[in-house]
Amino acid sequence: MKFRRATSVSIMISALVLPNAACGAGDREHAATEPLEGRGPITFVTGKDDYGVNPRLVAEWNRTHPSEPVRLIELPASGDEQRQQMIQNAQTRSEAFTVLDLDSVWVSEFAANRWITELPEEQFDTSKYLGPPVETALYRGRLFSVPASSDGAMLYYRKDLLDEAGVAPPTSLAELRQACGRVLALPSAAGMSCYTGQFEKYEGLVANFAEVVHGAGGKIVGDDGRPDVNTPQARQALDFLVSGLRSGMIPQQSIAFKEPESRRAFQEGQVVFSRWWPSQWSLLSKTDGSSAVAGKFAVTALPGLAGPGVSSLGGHNVAISSYGRNKATALDFIKFRAGEEQQRKYLEQGAMAPTIASLYDDPALRERYAYLPVLKQSIAGAEPRPRVVDYGEVTQAIQDEVYDALTGAKTSEQALADLQSRLEGLIEL
Amino acid sequence: MTTGTATRPSGGVRRQDGRERRKRTRAAGTTRLAGILLSPTLLVLGLVVFYPLLSALRQSFFTENDELDAEGFVVEGEKFNGLGHYFDAIAGDGAARFWNAVWNTTMFTTTTVVLEVVLGMAMALVMHRAFRGRALVRAGILVPWAIPTAVSGLLWRWIFAPDGIANVVLGQQVVWSADGPQAQLAVIIAEVWKTAPFVGLLTLAGLQVIPNEVYEAAVVDGAGGWRRFLHITLPLVKPALLVAVLFRVLDALRMFDLPFVLVGQQKQSVETLSMLAWQEATNVRYGAAAAYATIMFLYVALVAFALVKLLGTDVVGEARTQLRSRRVRSREAVVA
Repeated sequence: MKFRRATSVSIMISALVLPNAACGAGDREHAATEPLEGRGPITFVTGKDDYGVNPRLVAEWNRTHPSEPVRLIELPASGDEQRQQMIQNAQTRSEAFTVLDLDSVWVSEFAANRWITELPEEQFDTSKYLGPPVETALYRGRLFSVPASSDGAMLYYRKDLLDEAGVAPPTSLAELRQACGRVLALPSAAGMSCYTGQFEKYEGLVANFAEVVHGAGGKIVGDDGRPDVNTPQARQALDFLVSGLRSGMIPQQSIAFKEPESRRAFQEGQVVFSRWWPSQWSLLSKTDGSSAVAGKFAVTALPGLAGPGVSSLGGHNVAISSYGRNKATALDFIKFRAGEEQQRKYLEQGAMAPTIASLYDDPALRERYAYLPVLKQSIAGAEPRPRVVDYGEVTQAIQDEVYDALTGAKTSEQALADLQSRLEGLIEL
Repeated sequence: MTTGTATRPSGGVRRQDGRERRKRTRAAGTTRLAGILLSPTLLVLGLVVFYPLLSALRQSFFTENDELDAEGFVVEGEKFNGLGHYFDAIAGDGAARFWNAVWNTTMFTTTTVVLEVVLGMAMALVMHRAFRGRALVRAGILVPWAIPTAVSGLLWRWIFAPDGIANVVLGQQVVWSADGPQAQLAVIIAEVWKTAPFVGLLTLAGLQVIPNEVYEAAVVDGAGGWRRFLHITLPLVKPALLVAVLFRVLDALRMFDLPFVLVGQQKQSVETLSMLAWQEATNVRYGAAAAYATIMFLYVALVAFALVKLLGTDVVGEARTQLRSRRVRSREAVVA
């Protein structure tokens, strides 16, 4: 009931606002190329972080810039809700939000709607950053945001069990299957399953599906921007997941796994291999008894079907709302947020993967975070999720069809054919 | 009653006319005062009820943000789309999803309300009995109703988790939150658990106004327990029960939070009309969302109307008795 009211309120708000939007289009076009002017107080809008790094960042900025204070606006942790509130802010053309912390897949939508301002490319040295995160910052070749954090998946494995069975960490899914065969035969691996990822019907499924497809040499959206998912490679990839679930190599329950559930499965020693983001490393390493695998696991690059795999790219970019005031201050602030010093702090205090390449090679950091070389490789080779304006509907189509294949409601063949035709209807060129 | 006026002398009639007029002007004054006093309420109602409704209706005829210009920017402004969104929903691209949602909504409403009425009735009969610890039982039965739906959704999600208590008790490995009949069953169980107490409470109120003498007389006549239930309890509790059913049906038709939290978004087997509207709004397709919301509004209104007309649910019972007594009074005045 409460949600319905929220919907009608947002419908109401958009009804109020849209008539103005039509006549305001003229000066908005102007705004996109306008120099970023004005100094003074601004706001930084971001999702709540568990580590409290954002308040520290803002406090540090405010100490050094007393005349241009930044106020932190923390949105709920759920990505959907963050996106919705940012869109609502844009549709009411409110000045309340200045700097937006966007999930990297939203950049196209926000840029295409002119909800965020184009940035002066010459002021950013994009060569310092890893390639794939920079690509997410662009819309049609123009810079609309700066990558502030990144994320790539890695393969976590039970080093103790693999050593015991005398197998090397797998570099492909075929090897992973063989390794499982030998490990699960060990008496100490009784009752375990082989592999898990995140296969519940949500955004994580899209990342997992994209990884196997790209790892098999397939594509979801081709280089020309057209959907190209109905291919033998994608078929093989989807079949790997479907047959894995059917045979129990991937535990049946993982159809209901999001990040926390799949982490718990690995943490409690139920699976040998797990596909996850870097941020669980510290939780798994805890020696307070909460982790059954502390000191017994290691990470390696994500395996592909026959060779090395391709990770899906996560991460957040900072951008300036088109309707915020004091854009010159905002520009300085996003340079500060995405700069090397702050990225180091986000890694040290919040386990957030940096986008600046040199941080991965820092010996002090490598000492503390043994996974950094693997992560760097993962992000540098990662594939961004489809960069489309209607990402919301694209991800929904992928989730629908892939999930139907995983639950057996459709054959992989049918699901991919349906997905291809749905994507063709959604992606405009 | 009429004799009083009939025996009055003719002068009295004029006097009475004056009194009538005074009464009438006083009545008009009262009406005006009532109008003035009520106008803020009406204004607020108009603002929070009718404006959003009309604005949603208007929104459903428009479409926006669905074209890109040469540079890749969304073309601003909204376009009139007529009944396009409605056609899309009923017979166009969205038809399969829409009719699936209509079916789910109707199916959940029917199954849960039937189960709730049966269970609620049983609860009410138990609560009605005089026994030691009755207060405790009453309070206990009401607990599920007191918990917010989203929270009970979360609670049941843990119960129905792959390694949750439901699977432990059943000794099975059912993935309840996966798409399919088991997800529907999970939603029905959780919904009935949550709302049967509500039906129980309203029915209990109905039970408590049935005078004990009626039962005593029936016992004297030799009626058994089952017959007393069928011929006394049920007919006499019917008005209260029907109001409960009406409330529950209207509520169930808007079901959103429970399947959303318990099973998840975009699960075909549990997607209701509200979830569909929400989904479209999240994808910034307000036109389509408004169309779904409007269709749902009409559906709810239709069902409410049917329940009131066909079953004679006496929602505004008091208003009707007042009306009846006023009508009787005016008829008396005419006779006079």
